Amino acid sequence: MQIHQADVVVVGAGGAGLRAAIAVAELDPRLRVALVSKVYPMRSHTVAAEGGSAAVVQSHDSLEHHFHDTVAGGDWLCEQDVVDYFVAHCAEEMVQMEHWGCPWSRKEDGHINVRAFGGMKIERTWFAADKTGFHMLHTLFQTSMKYPSIKRFDEYFCADLLVDEGRCGGVVAIEIASGELVQIQAPSVVLATGGAGRVFRQNTNGGIVTGDGMALAYRHGVPLRDMEFVQYHPTCMPGTGLLFTEGCRGEGGILTNRDGYRYLQDYGLGPADPWPRKKAMELGPRDRLSQAFWHEERKGRTIDGPHGSVVNLDLRHLGEKKLRERLPQICELAEEFLGIDPAKAPIPVRPAVHYTMGGILVDGDCAAPLRGLFAAGECSSVGIHGANRLGSNSLAELCVFGKVAGESAARFAQDSAPLRRNHLAEQASDVEARVRGLMHNPGTERIATLRTEMAKTMEQGCGIYRLGDEMQATCDKLAELRERFTRVKLDDQSRVWNSEWLLAIELGYQLEVAQAMAHSALQRRESRGAHQRLDGYEARDDANYLSHSLAIYSGRDAPRIDYGPVKITHLPPGVRAYGAEGERVEQERSAAGV
Amino acid sequence: MSEQEKIIEIEVLRYRPEQDEKPVPQVFKVPFTDDMSVLQGIQYIKDWLDGTLSYRWSCRMAICGSCGMMVDGIPKLACKTFLRDYYPNRVRIEALAHFPIERDLVVVADDFIEKLQRIKPWIIPKEARTLEQGEYIQTPAELDVYEQFSSCINCMLCYAACPQYGLNDKFLGPGIIALLHRYNADSRDGGEAERMQEIHGHEGVFNCTAVGYCSEVCPKGVDPANAVNVNKTKVAQDYFLRFVRPKAKGGME
Repeated sequence: MQIHQADVVVVGAGGAGLRAAIAVAELDPRLRVALVSKVYPMRSHTVAAEGGSAAVVQSHDSLEHHFHDTVAGGDWLCEQDVVDYFVAHCAEEMVQMEHWGCPWSRKEDGHINVRAFGGMKIERTWFAADKTGFHMLHTLFQTSMKYPSIKRFDEYFCADLLVDEGRCGGVVAIEIASGELVQIQAPSVVLATGGAGRVFRQNTNGGIVTGDGMALAYRHGVPLRDMEFVQYHPTCMPGTGLLFTEGCRGEGGILTNRDGYRYLQDYGLGPADPWPRKKAMELGPRDRLSQAFWHEERKGRTIDGPHGSVVNLDLRHLGEKKLRERLPQICELAEEFLGIDPAKAPIPVRPAVHYTMGGILVDGDCAAPLRGLFAAGECSSVGIHGANRLGSNSLAELCVFGKVAGESAARFAQDSAPLRRNHLAEQASDVEARVRGLMHNPGTERIATLRTEMAKTMEQGCGIYRLGDEMQATCDKLAELRERFTRVKLDDQSRVWNSEWLLAIELGYQLEVAQAMAHSALQRRESRGAHQRLDGYEARDDANYLSHSLAIYSGRDAPRIDYGPVKITHLPPGVRAYGAEGERVEQERSAAGV
Repeated sequence: MSEQEKIIEIEVLRYRPEQDEKPVPQVFKVPFTDDMSVLQGIQYIKDWLDGTLSYRWSCRMAICGSCGMMVDGIPKLACKTFLRDYYPNRVRIEALAHFPIERDLVVVADDFIEKLQRIKPWIIPKEARTLEQGEYIQTPAELDVYEQFSSCINCMLCYAACPQYGLNDKFLGPGIIALLHRYNADSRDGGEAERMQEIHGHEGVFNCTAVGYCSEVCPKGVDPANAVNVNKTKVAQDYFLRFVRPKAKGGME
């Protein structure tokens, strides 16, 4: 097996991975960075983010507002010290993106323009039309090319971490083009592999979003934190789940039911007028909007469609010109995939799984409890999203914590003791034997069957609203699927570009991550943010559950669920309210001087 | 959107280097509904009929640029090409033209990536600016000059469309020239002179014979043909200017 030596291995070359790699290169150009990605960097799923990235820039906004929106939006399950750091560094990172060429949309005077997003008190979403993730990713990828110390391993699939004596020492990866395994030894590893939304059926995620890094860290004993919190985005294409950005509503779009009624006013988000109004109605947070859809559906007030019921996202009043300028990709998606011109007709939408709030447990320096391992971006749980992520915080997170992870990893590599390279090489041989074994596994189970059943059971048990017995059924089903996975059978035993082999490895990752989600959900006997129960635990229970869940890997068995404290610095848990009620709560809060 | 399930024949050009001497077509019968893309048809084959079929894909929404392939001989993104537009005829799927086939529908993309690196696709600042000084001022009009060229998703359909690239893969090609223009035309950038070295000579813009098919197949409305033509003029000016005065610093007009 070929062995490469590096100082920092970054796994995943989306926004967080690229930002981390650049941070290493800028901190110390002598450090060798190996940037490993199963796809070419510009294919990474950051590319699909649409609406924008948060950073306080207007004079009437403040870091405190951003902090409050984030912590209350996360239903108080955020690490407040980490959120403090985050909001204080967003603007600097967005300016850095600007200096690197990101084509941010501008005001007439040439300064950055910002738009409103859900759950946000003052407009602070920087945007590049409605292709913000695309532009940020390409800007980062192209900028990364100017650093000679970054060596890319494009289309290398990470098969395992190398761990020796409680310390991470690199990775084993499959070169997809040849099917050969390589080991990349390094004292620091940064995981930046993205989320796990593909474990659900209808989702906005690309096919590559399979929780790889989460599963790898988890198998080596790193807890996955807050995995029960999975975000449903309220406005997605029925069937495929493709995303219509929150920017649609930020620009003034409205949601109506079968009677043309703006139903959100019935769910604590109203009154409907005056409109637009921050933190109200269509500019409420994602969890609340998705929950409102669920209720409308059960009241029979949604519209029947070929892929389930829908409501209408109505953008007609924005007019042709504004739509083309601000939401060109939305127009393109509606026209090409649905045959609808949003200037002339409303777009049918429904909620779909969008984002994994939880992830690999890391501290504010992005360091995991396994020495030498760091994580950033959606795969990680650094603590800024809590129980519900605020729209436009994730793109900012990629930059702020991508940089932190890169710098932490670089410093760790600078100071590290030598690795026991022969031990690592032995381990790599074991990994090779295991993954090659999977290719030739004698069995009968088809990958697509297992994957389909997994996605269906996750939707049934861990959807917008949850019930104890349904979650239990999902946990049981996942145990069954893991058992059946040991009998998975591949059609393809060749080496060159064997993507079926990779799908099988990914399915193994997905089943374990899904289990962490389902068991964390089952154990949380309260409702908070995106985790909403209807079986006697409808309220938030700070006395018992103001704590992070920690899913601990237990081999073939189901994970053990542990709990850890939440860091509250200066915003004690309060009422989470939006619309008129939210305004009242906020007035009380400022009167009390909190 | 009809729920009625129909059957379409999808002919895929297979090539597995470990067993096939040369690419061979294979026909699959695939049930489909009117809202299904060609990509979904191919996914159906992989999931339920033949797991050995290899192709690239990810986002399903025409932004990641992975799933470029020839559909009935025309370069397309499979995710936003629909089976209903070919039915009841058989639809023919092949790897992107003009690139070596790695396997099945997967092409070797190294050439594109190397060329991207070569044009220095990053801002070479016209004037230095610290983060504390905030953003560069760029008016909507200045943004408009390069914005469409920054929309290239690197799907390489324009390379499969370009007859010159098919003849000579030393040619930088439409997508890369569009990206080169994207940086040169950015008001923040002063790196044009450095980059223009790359497109002098026969591998640069003069290879283009102005067919314009590149712009026609672009799934994102980028107009690489326009970028190539603008740069033909620039290269010509630049070429003659070097005889009359010392080369201007920064190279911006």
